[in-house]
Amino acid sequence: MSCESPRTTMVQLEESLAELRQTFRSGVTRSVAWRKNQLRALIELLRDNQDRIFNALYQDLGKHPVEAYRDEIGAIIKSAENALSCVEKWMAPEKRWIPLLFFPASGEVVSEPLGVVLILSTWNFPIALVLEPLIGAIAAGNAAMIKPSELAQESASFIAATIPLYLDCKAIKVVNGGADLSDRLLQQKWDKIFFTGSPRVGSIVMSAAAKHLTPVVLELGGKCPAIVDTFSSISDMKVIAKRIVGGKWASCNGQVCIGIDYILVEKRCSSTLIDLLKTTLAKFYGNNPIDSSSISRVINKHHFGRLHKLLKDPLVAASIVHGGSLDEEKLFIEPTILLDPPLDAEIMTEEIFGPLLSIITLNDIQESIEFINSRPKPLVIYAFTKDETFKKQLLSGTSSGSVVFNDTMVHYVCDVLPFGGVGQSGFGRYHGKYSFETFSHEKAVMQRSFFLELEPRYPPWNDFKLNFLKRAYKFDYFNLLLLMLGLKK
Amino acid sequence: MLEENEPAIIASLREDLDKPELESSVFEVAMLKNSVTLALKELKHWMTPEKVKTSIMTFPSSAEILPEPLGVVLIISAWNYPFLLSLDPVVGAIAAGNALVLKPSEIAPAASSLLTKLIGEYLDSSSIRVVEGAVNETSALLDQKWDKIFYTGNGKIARIVMAAAAKHLTPVVLELGGKSPAVVDSGINLQVSVRRIIAGKWGCNNGQACISPDYILTTKDNAPKLVGTLKQELEKFYGKNPLESKDLSRIVNANHFARLSKLLDDDKVSGKIVHGGERDKSKLRISPTILLDVPRDSLIMNEEIFGPLLPILMVDKIEDSFDIINTGTKPLAAYLFSNNKKLKQQFVATVSAGGLLINDTAVHLVVHTLPFGGVQESGTGAYHGKFSFDAFTHKKAVLYRSLMGDAPLRYPPYTKSKLRLLKVLMSGNILGIIRALFGWSKA
Repeated sequence: MSCESPRTTMVQLEESLAELRQTFRSGVTRSVAWRKNQLRALIELLRDNQDRIFNALYQDLGKHPVEAYRDEIGAIIKSAENALSCVEKWMAPEKRWIPLLFFPASGEVVSEPLGVVLILSTWNFPIALVLEPLIGAIAAGNAAMIKPSELAQESASFIAATIPLYLDCKAIKVVNGGADLSDRLLQQKWDKIFFTGSPRVGSIVMSAAAKHLTPVVLELGGKCPAIVDTFSSISDMKVIAKRIVGGKWASCNGQVCIGIDYILVEKRCSSTLIDLLKTTLAKFYGNNPIDSSSISRVINKHHFGRLHKLLKDPLVAASIVHGGSLDEEKLFIEPTILLDPPLDAEIMTEEIFGPLLSIITLNDIQESIEFINSRPKPLVIYAFTKDETFKKQLLSGTSSGSVVFNDTMVHYVCDVLPFGGVGQSGFGRYHGKYSFETFSHEKAVMQRSFFLELEPRYPPWNDFKLNFLKRAYKFDYFNLLLLMLGLKK
Repeated sequence: MLEENEPAIIASLREDLDKPELESSVFEVAMLKNSVTLALKELKHWMTPEKVKTSIMTFPSSAEILPEPLGVVLIISAWNYPFLLSLDPVVGAIAAGNALVLKPSEIAPAASSLLTKLIGEYLDSSSIRVVEGAVNETSALLDQKWDKIFYTGNGKIARIVMAAAAKHLTPVVLELGGKSPAVVDSGINLQVSVRRIIAGKWGCNNGQACISPDYILTTKDNAPKLVGTLKQELEKFYGKNPLESKDLSRIVNANHFARLSKLLDDDKVSGKIVHGGERDKSKLRISPTILLDVPRDSLIMNEEIFGPLLPILMVDKIEDSFDIINTGTKPLAAYLFSNNKKLKQQFVATVSAGGLLINDTAVHLVVHTLPFGGVQESGTGAYHGKFSFDAFTHKKAVLYRSLMGDAPLRYPPYTKSKLRLLKVLMSGNILGIIRALFGWSKA
């Protein structure tokens, strides 16, 4: 079967899947050599095609190459290199201790690939969010089918055209298409489905997976808050403002699942914070952000309309303290700050996923815990504070995928930390070794020999055997011995 | 609770399953006590946040992974080990700090009502509740939003549970079963092997256990000897008239009795019975039954048996067994009896199942250092020991940064030199970083 064009009809899909199954069954994907070769090829793909990726991301989202490199190419090369150097260590069976009772015996946990996995990706990081899970799937020795998001068209075609040139096209396939293709993919049986996107579609994916008992990972989003405690030092505040602007607009212009959705701050500090945010924005993007090449645009008309609608609510419009201009033709929305929009307005009930930032003022920063807990669990909570007690209260008093103190976004590149949501923000985790685990089955293996038969295991049952087994379960070897010697009743 | 009420627990199991006292005491009480003791001892250790090292990318920083409870969880359990399969996950849920609702199986009514009574008396009723009932009650529970659902049972209901969970994006653990094979090689201590097979098959609730050997694979040459030894040891264990033996559980109810009878009455296998086959409908008893050389397209080879019937398949070469196993859905457990080192290695490398056990049956269940759970049709998620704690825990990633060490290159406006620096910085090449900082890099 050839590798060139992505296929879409049900019959073609089934053929592709059959080929993937065949490849997996042949065992090639299990070898260390295959995994390493594929990871190396992936790194090569990224190195060879930087300019094409920059171009695709610019076409799809107006993303600047620095941003594209930082968030997509560089981050993925780093992940792939990490996987390349660690994969053998990850694959090694782990010895486990076995109770003496079973002596002689040995136990281990063997990580084995799940089989053929489906990766359904999204449009905001159309390269990274396809390749990051793929690294895990490859490292764990699976065959994979990838469906990039049709909303980032250029990136999707780049992926479909390039992956077969670099990776093993019998084991890794790309299909391009819209919701109808997703439907058809979901009717098939997979060994795991890795989905990145919205809770609404996540629920559809999981319902479809239930028919085949397929385990799923759902990487969703949610309204991620940033808490800003009171700081006396203006230089600290400047850094905070920079990191907030960096975490809100400097990554795909707010269209990020870990972007800051709203800020919680004490009333008395809000005006300082707003002033600093404004000056930082001016420094980063000039006075006319629409002319800046350093900021992404909104993905498409539909999302532009959705964001526009959020601002149309008169009470919300009245709360704008910075920005607010829109250019429908260029699909551009200016970085916009709102102060205390109504909490029941859509902007505070829906995930914003765009360049609008609400600031909610509180009388006391302690109230932020209650505020966060009265809403669905977010993917991440950011908190700027030096107060150690407050840090502890926040950690034990709230629940979220992750918590980051005094910075934004950087946890994404920390591959020692698991990345994933909880509750409404999803379940399952990846990055680094967690990606490997996500695509592996941890098989328990125990070996025994034929020596040392424990007679009391077998019927016919009597009181001696009962007594024996009760002690055995407590691993009470001394009394076991007495019992066997007939010294104890 | 377990210590004070062991007699009551044993009595309820006699009523539901006529389970022998020793089996009840060992599998349902002692094993649970073992789980609880372990959790009590290790809890502090499990709850300790795990420190992890961060990279130069985020310097200066520190990071940890903090276990936190998921919230309110639902545990739906099964009838074959009504105490163990209810309370073992409960131990994990409590250890992880969750509130929970337990729904025991209505098919073991005496156990279900005893669980309700005991849990009400002994545990904190503000956070731990039992809901009894059948399909309607379970459906009503599944309509609610939970933070995790832990289901033990069969694949058909598991699909319903997962579909219901999907509406609320609730993660699930599914502990199912499947046709767990036992491969018996030649050149082994046949008597010990057979005793271990019997203990795992009929000594576990008369085969009504998810990890019982479902069928045996052996070579044509080995089969007659194997059948002979099985017969001999079965008689030693359960006497000449096993229908009267006090050491065997009965079939749980008339439905399951009828289901098992149908498997035996299938034309394709009725002539293949080489041992047992006696049934007593009024007492819901079926004697240990061995079938030799059953065709693979028979009913008995196409669903999980979950009862005292043991078909034996014959292969030309013992290695062929692995192919047969791999053509079916992945079982919860796979067993191999062999002294051949190469065969063992091949078994571990090629056979996929929740767990593998070599030269014994079922005992891997009690080893808390091994994860217990299925894969594919045999389920999702694992538990026992620390794995139970993890099953009910969210591992929260926490990153601590200070406000120092802010590199301008992270921020717009973006320039070419920032791109260069970023490239080397992310490659982690110190020399490259220094070169780029001084503007010497060509990248």
